This record gives sequence, C-alpha cells and structure tokens, in this order.
Amino acid sequence: MHEDPLRAYAGLVGRRQFLRAGMTGLLVISLPRWAVARPSLDEAIRTFTGGANVLDGRVRLDLPPLVENGNAVGITVVAESPMTEDDHVRRIAVFNEKNPEANVVVFHLRPRSGHAMVSTRIRLATSQVVVAVAEMSDGSFWSSRASAIVTLAACIEDLS
Amino acid sequence: MARTLVNVPKVAKQGEVVEIKAMIAHPMETGYRIGPNGSNIARDIIRRFTCTYNGEEVFSADLFPAVSANPFIAFTLVATTSGTIDFTWTDDAGKTQTASATITVN
Repeated sequence: MHEDPLRAYAGLVGRRQFLRAGMTGLLVISLPRWAVARPSLDEAIRTFTGGANVLDGRVRLDLPPLVENGNAVGITVVAESPMTEDDHVRRIAVFNEKNPEANVVVFHLRPRSGHAMVSTRIRLATSQVVVAVAEMSDGSFWSSRASAIVTLAACIEDLS
Repeated sequence: MARTLVNVPKVAKQGEVVEIKAMIAHPMETGYRIGPNGSNIARDIIRRFTCTYNGEEVFSADLFPAVSANPFIAFTLVATTSGTIDFTWTDDAGKTQTASATITVN
C-alpha cells in the first residue's frame, strides 16, 4: 500500500517541530553570512591546538583596554621561554571573539628568535576578547586573554 | 607589488638579540566590506610573511583578514653572523614582494 509521501513526512515530523524548524531557518537566513560561518573562539583555539589542554600563564598579551580606532590596534605578545634548542616557543597564535573570522595571525618562531616577543597591528570589529596562545617545543599550550572596548569599529565604514 | 619598509640594526654584537621591524604598503581588503555599488569588495590580503637570515628561514607568519592594512610585524632575532636578512610577503594571488637588509656582526 502506498502512502502519500507528504503526509508521511508531516506525520513523522509533527506540526510544532515543523514550525520550530522553519523559525530556526528564518533566523539563520536573517543573520549575516559570516555570523553563521565563523567558528567560536574556543573552537578556533581547539583547531589550533589539536584538542590539547591549554593552560593559563607563561604568555602575556598586551592590548589597549580602550581602543579608539578598531582598524589598527597595536598588540604585543610575549612568552616566557629561554628559546634554546630544547625549550623554545614554536608558534604564537592570536584569536578574536567577534570578528568575521576567528583567526588573526599565527607567528612561527625558532630558537634563533632569541626572545619570544612579537608585535603587530590588528583589526577589531567590536568590543571583544582577544586570546593569544603559545605552543612550546614540548607540545604544551599556554594562553593569555585580554578584552578591549572599541569605540570606532573596523570593517563597517561606509565607502560611498 | 608594493612599497616596503624594513628596520634592521646596521651593526650588532655576536649573540645579541636584535629587534626587526617590517611593514608593507597593502590594503589588506577583508572581503567583508560592501562597496558603493552594494556588492562585496573582493578579498585581497597578504597571506604569508617570511624572514630568512643568510638563506635560513628564521621567522614566518600566517596573516588573516584581521591584520590591519599596511601590515606591520616586529620580532626578534639572534645576530649570529654578518650577512643579509631577506623578507618576503606573499598575497592571495601568489604574488610576492621582497625586501632585504644587511647586518654587520662583530
């Protein structure tokens, strides 16, 4: 005996569930494209560490607490390490909480770096938390987080 | 491709840790901005920066759109021997721009 496929589907899902699914769909459509696509801060860090445990300390992230212009925010990351062949910082990565993409920059260091200290300028789309993660040569991960209040945001200025 | 500005100390002592600064003129267009005609402005960013010291790679960075226009990177190196320090920036299209500086170690 053949059932009407539409009836069978409706019976399987249920009216309320069907409505709820529709609402979620609408919500997803109404969000900007990047808001759906970007991984969360923790997911981005997990991708970088490969699921390893991230400890607090040994890294310092300097970020101004109050940012006037989010288009260029100076940051400095310093990791405590003797930078010898046996014990050095391999990578330093910076992640953000609310930009369209979670990654900011990844630095690759060697013992020949001498110090584990890097500076750059980044964009912040809104007030948010920024996290720096350092990977040591023994495979451990250390992190530091800082938050900034942004008064003029990056990425939203009108070009017309 | 673009103008660059690198800052390497001219002279350093053997084993001294020197600070290197590198900047390149580049819009670092994120691809998320909307232009006057209502469509997205195409993404155009510097993806990778590398620094070699007498041919050996000593520092590199992967850049994402969250790095500001005219990317500036400062880092440190141990001055080992006199020679050249070369810098390379690679963009989305694979185009590269290089700069170099010499250092005298005594």
